[in-house]
Amino acid sequence: MSVPIPAVKLSEQDEKKASKGPASKMSRIDRRAAAGKKALTSPWATVTAIVIAVLWTTPTLGLLITSFRPEQDIRSSGWWTTITRPWFNFDNYESALFGSSTQLSTFFVNSIVITLPAVVIPITLALLASYAFAWIEFRGKNILFIAVFALQVVPIQVTLIPLLSQYVDWGLNGTFWAVWLSHSIFALPLAIFLLHNFMKEIPRSLIEAARMDGAGHVKIFFQVLMPLLVPAIASFGIFQFLWVWNDLLVSLTFAGGGRDVAPLTVRVAEMAGSRGGDWHILSAGAFISMIVPMIVFLALQRYFVRGLLAGSVKG
Amino acid sequence: MRIATRRSSAVLAGGAALALALTACAPSSNDTDDDGDMTTAAAEVPEIDCSVYDEFGDLDGTTVSVYTSIVEPEQEDQELSYDPFEECTGVTVQYEGSREFEAQLLVRLQAGNAPDIAYVPQPGLLSTIVNDTGAAVPAPDATAANVDEYFSESWKGYGTVDGTFYAAPLGANIKSYVWYSPSAFEEAGYEVPTTWDEMIELSDQIVADGKIPWCAGIASGDATGWPATDWVEDVVLRVAGPDAYDQWTTHEIPFNDPQIVESLDEVANILKNEDYVNAGFGGVDSIAATEWDGAGAPILDGNCSMHRAANFYQNQWPEGTEVAEDGDVYAFYLPSMTEGEKPILGGGEFVVAFDDRPEVQAFQTYLSSADWANVKAAVTTRGGWVSANTGLDSELLATDFDRLSADLLADPEAEFRFDGSDLMPGSVGAGTFWSEMVAFFASDKSSQEVADAIEASWPTS
Repeated sequence: MSVPIPAVKLSEQDEKKASKGPASKMSRIDRRAAAGKKALTSPWATVTAIVIAVLWTTPTLGLLITSFRPEQDIRSSGWWTTITRPWFNFDNYESALFGSSTQLSTFFVNSIVITLPAVVIPITLALLASYAFAWIEFRGKNILFIAVFALQVVPIQVTLIPLLSQYVDWGLNGTFWAVWLSHSIFALPLAIFLLHNFMKEIPRSLIEAARMDGAGHVKIFFQVLMPLLVPAIASFGIFQFLWVWNDLLVSLTFAGGGRDVAPLTVRVAEMAGSRGGDWHILSAGAFISMIVPMIVFLALQRYFVRGLLAGSVKG
Repeated sequence: MRIATRRSSAVLAGGAALALALTACAPSSNDTDDDGDMTTAAAEVPEIDCSVYDEFGDLDGTTVSVYTSIVEPEQEDQELSYDPFEECTGVTVQYEGSREFEAQLLVRLQAGNAPDIAYVPQPGLLSTIVNDTGAAVPAPDATAANVDEYFSESWKGYGTVDGTFYAAPLGANIKSYVWYSPSAFEEAGYEVPTTWDEMIELSDQIVADGKIPWCAGIASGDATGWPATDWVEDVVLRVAGPDAYDQWTTHEIPFNDPQIVESLDEVANILKNEDYVNAGFGGVDSIAATEWDGAGAPILDGNCSMHRAANFYQNQWPEGTEVAEDGDVYAFYLPSMTEGEKPILGGGEFVVAFDDRPEVQAFQTYLSSADWANVKAAVTTRGGWVSANTGLDSELLATDFDRLSADLLADPEAEFRFDGSDLMPGSVGAGTFWSEMVAFFASDKSSQEVADAIEASWPTS
């Protein structure tokens, strides 16, 4: 499958534009992207894309503007009235960051402490598992793989109470371990599936050549596969990072709201106040918590689309 | 590839700049906070009697976990009010507040991860906890003795399930208030009404003066409708009386009983009267879409004259609003039909324990004491907190308005009734009662239709 085939539908010019390099270096995905690009550069597609982008960005823009408006203005008029009466300040951000007995930075640190292991653990385990599923022959491999794959359909909500009582038995509830384990458990089926499919796409001849040269599983895994897997790992890493960073349900249930374990999302959810009236602070808190995932996503987004596609479309 | 790299580093730089900007404004904000209203200035905290807790033995080094729906900024005052107890006994109180309290508490109880103590804001939830999970522990004798001494019989009753006393009352709130602007009333020569008819006359007079008297709003996220249920409950208390109110909340009389429909009509006379509402927002249907926490705001700019809301609406006024009898805003007691009676609608939290360790019982006892009520009053410098504890020295409360509320709660003439929607089954009190009240305003559903629909939704068991 990986032998380069000249693109049939593309004219030569298009191909040049799309690849900027020798045709032989084009992968299947790149070719598909080029075809897609051609289909999507019609004026109608452009207009539709712009309309969707504007529609979907407007509420976020409104929230951003709201977060800079004084409390009294927020309550008495809509954010769009700022066009005629611009009046902004940082008061909401001040109260979101420093206005409570615990500084927001505490929860920021908690979020990071929760997120990093909750990304690293499932990726490490999934890499090992998917290598085994892809390149090691053992009995019951297919049944086991289907079982793992099928686990994706279990909604996490039904697992909350049984899992929590299990953690209580083990004495893990209310600690970071409970959150790390839960996130790893919920992420593994998809991680194994995506990484397995990606690994399976790597030409068998490559693995066999390495084996002929005397490489064992460990050497093949680290020196042959790992460099090729970087986009897939990065894309799943971002996916898992965003999911964990933005998660409220899992950490609220397993870690609780104590200030030594609660992540940023739990604190932000409480910014609305006991009676839900303080959403001037809530809007500012939402944007503060958004900074890190925004940076991560924008910095690594090129891996995101490419890597996910690479794993999910099994050839 | 190069373009992509450059773009991503620009994004990183932008993000870093934003983060820098945010931290840059940090020190200045700390400086201004010092002379702002955020000061936790050392309030005169009353001394408490430590010997009360001797009977629980040596508690030094133990921990009590508390789980509540009270979050920042009220959380700060709560935690401060535990300090004297912690100093006396050496117990550490671990406080955890969450807005998802009601759902999460049940999850934790089912998973065997119960906190030591929870503050339950609804008697209905208390009986669910006792009957369905069996995790609650009856209150110790010392707590019960405190409650007998300091609280009225009805308050103890709300903490009792099937004859066993579980939960001592903590804070309280009063919903039978009408907010108004004393200065605007004085200017126009209006008098605070003392009976229902006087209030209607006053409304007519305001209409005659070319203004709209009432403003209201019942939008509150996924709890939209609750402010309207308070209106109805208050009017049921006045039209049908406290006894019929009790029968209504326990479903001894149906929801579409003629007295209840009559009460809904009485609500409609004010809130569905195009001449009376909705000052500053629009027509009758705007009530359903107006946020409850901003609904009284037109009082400040003179568009609205009266807004019925609970005492905790005090904290919803914008910063700098003077809440006083001669200030920008104040509230009068929602008048009764005749001068002799004085029903009060209100709510409160109840302290439920899930463990009977001595330190937990000692803390329960502290929370039900007059000592705690007075400490809490002293540390709540922003105001907005009262208790039905009769041992509370109202001089310690932060604002005149809180003192008014405390006096009203302590008034022997007054007949206190708990917020009915918190006593009804959840599917009604936090379900159809809310949604039907929205329809009452938004799509002009009639009183009879609303009452029939809620009655039909009442769980049969």
